[in-house]
Amino acid sequence: MTKLVEDGLRGRSAIVGLAELAPMKKPDGRTPLELISTAAIAAIADSGLTRGDIDGLVVCPAMMQYSMLWPSIVAEHLGLTTSYMEFVDLGGASATAMIARAATAIATGRASSVLCVSGDTWDPRGMYLKPPPLLFPLREFTAPYGAAGANADYAMAARLHMHRFGTTQRQLAKIAADQRTSAQQNPDALFHGQPLSIDDVLASPLVCDPLHKFEIVMPCSGAEAVVLTSADRARDLEHPPAWVLGFGEALEPDPFQREDFLVTPTVAAARRAFAMAGVGPRDVTLAQIYDCYTSAVLIELEDAGFCRKGEGGPFVEAHDLTFAGDFPLNTGGGMLSFGQPGLGGGMTLVVEGARQIMGRAGARQVRCNDIAFVHGNGGTFTEECSLVFGRER
Amino acid sequence: MSSPDADGRPLERVRVDEESRWFWEACRRHELILQRCAACETVRFHPRALCPSCLSAEVAWLRASGRGEIYTFTVTHQNQSPAWRARLPYVLAWIQLDEGPLVLSNVVGAAPEALRIGAAVEVVFDEAADGLAVPRFRLCEAK
Repeated sequence: MTKLVEDGLRGRSAIVGLAELAPMKKPDGRTPLELISTAAIAAIADSGLTRGDIDGLVVCPAMMQYSMLWPSIVAEHLGLTTSYMEFVDLGGASATAMIARAATAIATGRASSVLCVSGDTWDPRGMYLKPPPLLFPLREFTAPYGAAGANADYAMAARLHMHRFGTTQRQLAKIAADQRTSAQQNPDALFHGQPLSIDDVLASPLVCDPLHKFEIVMPCSGAEAVVLTSADRARDLEHPPAWVLGFGEALEPDPFQREDFLVTPTVAAARRAFAMAGVGPRDVTLAQIYDCYTSAVLIELEDAGFCRKGEGGPFVEAHDLTFAGDFPLNTGGGMLSFGQPGLGGGMTLVVEGARQIMGRAGARQVRCNDIAFVHGNGGTFTEECSLVFGRER
Repeated sequence: MSSPDADGRPLERVRVDEESRWFWEACRRHELILQRCAACETVRFHPRALCPSCLSAEVAWLRASGRGEIYTFTVTHQNQSPAWRARLPYVLAWIQLDEGPLVLSNVVGAAPEALRIGAAVEVVFDEAADGLAVPRFRLCEAK
């Protein structure tokens, strides 16, 4: 991206409203559309804007209720008429990429206030009663081997990291344990009231060796929404804005065509986001980093520039990653302890990043909330999108 | 370890398409074949119409040696799919073939503790109930 474009996008919009439903282990008869609508209405109300002010909508797939024309279906459900609609299908990077698109739409005048909403239900029985609605076309090269989806991929990434850099299972487990500590200050988290030690993580069953049960994200039902608006509007609203200072994306669909499986497109995504924001990893005071697995967090921390490649293990060992620590990470519990409502699960990291910047995180408010780094990761380190939020524009 | 390939119906719900039919036909003959781009000579996997490197549609098939090494692996202890639950635990691995490409497969016939990243492996074909054969890998005999 040229300097001119970066300057034209930096700080042109802010998150001014947010909402997050408490995740549920079972959908209890609710549909994704119902959850999405509930979160959306709450986020608009939270922003102080009215439904009529919303002229942009960005959505992502709901695995359990996907349809063609999904943005229109969500808009129809909410009674929205817009000048801009977008459907973002980048797996775990969808949530951060939705914010990047909303911010671009506002900066370029295509919309003034944009609703970004994600939600899904999770019913594992449904997944095997009928073919999953989003069937992977290369299944013939995975299904015959019992490929256990993302679990296996991120386990194999962890094993390679351990083999090459001497990373230990204990170091990986500390990520899950520290996030669980933060979750004890988040009453909505699925694992609120259930503290977890490093030893507890290591004593939990191996799912895909070397990853244990508590290093693997828990799918659930839920929804999250945020409202972005333009800089001139953002100043006069209910809450202090979380300014969108930077965003950057990098997409490499085949993880095995790149030179090194363990050096991911996060490198480029984070670099682009930091360049636009005019800050670097050292300026970051809190981080929300996509945590589908502990191994994902470790590798993203390295590639985003918080430590050097291979030093993720010692880095997480040396820092207190809880909300009260010297490197506050996934302060709402992250998806590992909060829950992951579908493909848009990364939105909980966006919401928590904005909440911390706004100073609305209550008992888990971090000490310094100047700059947040929020990162989404899709596929097996194939879709990456980073955001930088700031308290000052 | 009980072999996950003993009673295989592993290709259930899997549709072989025109881009991959040659690969699975060769497996039936117990041959592992790969595509090599006739323009830039890049060897690729999985099979597809266009070279991902130079986008040429000119393709030649190459019979692979069937040898390679373990790039990384995981011992799978949980799989919610009923078809695989009975076969736990089993080893999933990315195999780096001597010809270059990485392929996802299983390592069979060895205790998981015996596996190491970098270990030499060779292909074995596992007859599946629907007439297809599935390439999996076993550790090579120590020299």
